[in-house]
Amino acid sequence: MTGDIAILGYGLSAIGPGVGIGLIFAAYVAGVARQPETRGVLQTIAILGFVLCEQLAIFGIALAFVFSGQ
Amino acid sequence: MTTTVLAAEEFEPPSAPDFWQPLVGGGAFAITRTMVVMVLSVIVLALVMMAVTRRLAVVPGRGQYRLEGVYGLVRNSIGRDIIGQDHFRPYIPLLFTLFTLILLNNLLAIVPLIQFPTMSRVGFPLALALGVYVVYLVAGVKRRGLGGFFRSLVPGGLPWWVVPIVFVLELVTFLITRPVTLTLRLFGNMFAGHILLLLFALGGEFLLLHGEGLLKVVSIPAFLMFFLFSAFEILIAFLQAYVFILLAAVYLAEVYADAH
Repeated sequence: MTGDIAILGYGLSAIGPGVGIGLIFAAYVAGVARQPETRGVLQTIAILGFVLCEQLAIFGIALAFVFSGQ
Repeated sequence: MTTTVLAAEEFEPPSAPDFWQPLVGGGAFAITRTMVVMVLSVIVLALVMMAVTRRLAVVPGRGQYRLEGVYGLVRNSIGRDIIGQDHFRPYIPLLFTLFTLILLNNLLAIVPLIQFPTMSRVGFPLALALGVYVVYLVAGVKRRGLGGFFRSLVPGGLPWWVVPIVFVLELVTFLITRPVTLTLRLFGNMFAGHILLLLFALGGEFLLLHGEGLLKVVSIPAFLMFFLFSAFEILIAFLQAYVFILLAAVYLAEVYADAH
């Protein structure tokens, strides 16, 4: 079996942020459904949480290039 | 990446060296495409803003209305609502400049003929993040003094043996994690987006020209994905600019949050 283990590592590391972002936006949608007038406040918090979670995914893809067998 | 002698027959996927595009000269002092696009974006921003604000009217015309919309977004929903009513004024120029610069540079990644995101070369987000880094550190030290700044890293009411751990963690967050993540977030998003666009375009071209038989048809979905992903990149451009200044505002707001 040949190939690059960096890609395997990236695939595994993308599970965490995927689950995290799903949880964040599930909470956002539920919050807006309960109280539509808090949409603006919750949007800021949701974007903040999304960005922090996406950061790990970005580390993953950037390092996959760095470590890809060079 | 393996390269064969018959280089035309083997598909070479795009990778990091494709981002080094010197136009004039070579080596460390080359004038690269990134530099030209950045200078172009600054000139465009300056000209547009000067032209729109030349004759400000109480009842705004179209250009002034749109610029006021952008300025209002930065000033109100990010500056005032996050940093706080009393302290947000000095930071509005910084936030507005960062927002418009990052937004324009990100959007230029999909404008035909200038299809290169300047923020995909790590030096540019690094410079912007360092600017924010210096501002929030200096603001923090100025507000509380040097000793008070270090004392504010540890919230009150913790058991004595936890204090050193929390102090070290907070110090690392302030000094290392924040600028690094600010940089890498913007850089990674733009880099990954551009790599994907390159992959779709080059892959589609390879399939079209060098594909055998029915493979040529697969190039149509490839070019379609190029188009769809370019549209998605518009959203990413806005989001990354918004998030950069959102986080800058959050870090600045912490300077004034005397909760602990």
